Amino acid sequence: MLSPLRDEQRIVITGIGLTAPNGNDLAQFRSSLLGGKSGVVPFETRYMGPVLAGVCGFDELKYQKRKELRRGTRAGSISIFCANEAISDSGWNWPDVSKDRVGIYIGITEHGNVETENEIFEISRFDYDTSTWSHHHNPRTVANNPAGEVSLNLGVTGPHYTIGAACAAGNAGFIQGVQMLRLNEVDRVIAGGVSESIHTFGIFASFRSQGALAWHEIPSKACRPFDLHRNGIVVAEGGCLCTLERLPDALNRGAKIYGEVVGYAMNSDASDFVLPSSTRQAECMKLAISRAGITPDDVDILSSHATATGLGDVEECRAIHHVFGDRQSLAVNNTKSFIGHAMGAAGALELAGNLPAFQDGIAHATINIEELDPECRLPQIVANVPRQMGSVTCILNNSFGMLGINSVVIVKKFQA
Amino acid sequence: MTPGEIRNAILDILSRIVPDEDLSSLNDGLPFREQMELDSMDFLDIVMELRKRYRVQIPEEDYPNLATMQGTVSYLTPLMKDVPART
Repeated sequence: MLSPLRDEQRIVITGIGLTAPNGNDLAQFRSSLLGGKSGVVPFETRYMGPVLAGVCGFDELKYQKRKELRRGTRAGSISIFCANEAISDSGWNWPDVSKDRVGIYIGITEHGNVETENEIFEISRFDYDTSTWSHHHNPRTVANNPAGEVSLNLGVTGPHYTIGAACAAGNAGFIQGVQMLRLNEVDRVIAGGVSESIHTFGIFASFRSQGALAWHEIPSKACRPFDLHRNGIVVAEGGCLCTLERLPDALNRGAKIYGEVVGYAMNSDASDFVLPSSTRQAECMKLAISRAGITPDDVDILSSHATATGLGDVEECRAIHHVFGDRQSLAVNNTKSFIGHAMGAAGALELAGNLPAFQDGIAHATINIEELDPECRLPQIVANVPRQMGSVTCILNNSFGMLGINSVVIVKKFQA
Repeated sequence: MTPGEIRNAILDILSRIVPDEDLSSLNDGLPFREQMELDSMDFLDIVMELRKRYRVQIPEEDYPNLATMQGTVSYLTPLMKDVPART
């Protein structure tokens, strides 16, 4: 049990910076989620012809020069945008912040595929003469690149690294940040997850070969978790980084508090490369609930991971039912139905998009459910239209990934 | 390529490598690095672009010749005299 905690061990979210395919700040994103606005569009990727993807349209030059954009990576650029937006939102007086006491922890599903593919394509134009292979390749593809680019941009001299956790990475970034604050390794944290994956054809091709790449004539209808006719994943790019700090620090400066991270858990299926395990997912949720010092009945909104694959959605529904039963007052929703699967950013974006529910009391929907799959027939699914909840005080965020990695983060509304 | 064409080629490469810089008032006799933000990785980009665009191989020991526009054009003129200008 991690609760009750001393106030110095209580970690709160005080700033949010994000870019999603349907919004470049929390207000836009939330508005899109409540208004049923998709961010899935046709997308050209090398070799494969048109696919569908969630594509972001943030202002790349807001915090970077064109030269920095050219040198860095898309993941780095997304991270820099999100980190700066989060700091701006947090109210931190950045010039006065001790940069050696700031930690940057960014979840990634993968990194380096985009840059490697680009280089291989480039040298193919020179008969594979490796002397034309870029000297930028290594700094672009080291696994810490997205976090490192943020440290360079912001002058952060505290620790920076990424957390490779497949599609559980967004939650894993938050968890790392919470842990480092509790360990007093740092005083301020920039954490969450990012993804540039739509810029590598390989991820699309691999999902297609697996029979798990979604397609629909109407792009906005392509990602349909829990629907009987779902046909796979829509890959998306995006990012969401939050500022985290200890509760007393936030209170002392009169910060706006989005919520308190009261519980978390990570575990492993240890059973298959790609097939998920409802048993381990349920164990992960239960562990997070236990650590938060709450019961399943305390959770108001469950932000599901479901990616719209055949088996994945069914397994998560089984896990949810095992933990929560048929309790009608729980709302189960899904963000991927709007934006696709933002991979390393997914968990972070999906949590962030639900946090305004603490204020507006609304659970956003899962769109594109035309015929609910009988095997996903949870009574709690918020189908197609948002649900007025009245009061929302606790959100549980699921995020799972390949190789059987599961993560759960629980955030409660902060009440002084 | 003539010296003038080589200079234009270098300007084109620079405009890609340091896109935020105003190259219109470049002083050909002064080191590039005194006139723009150009670090060692950027410098290697110049070498790489010359290799890719014109198949010019520049050995590392000759890199000091590329410190200024004047030096670069002088150094490259004999190497690129038979290279056709890109249209």
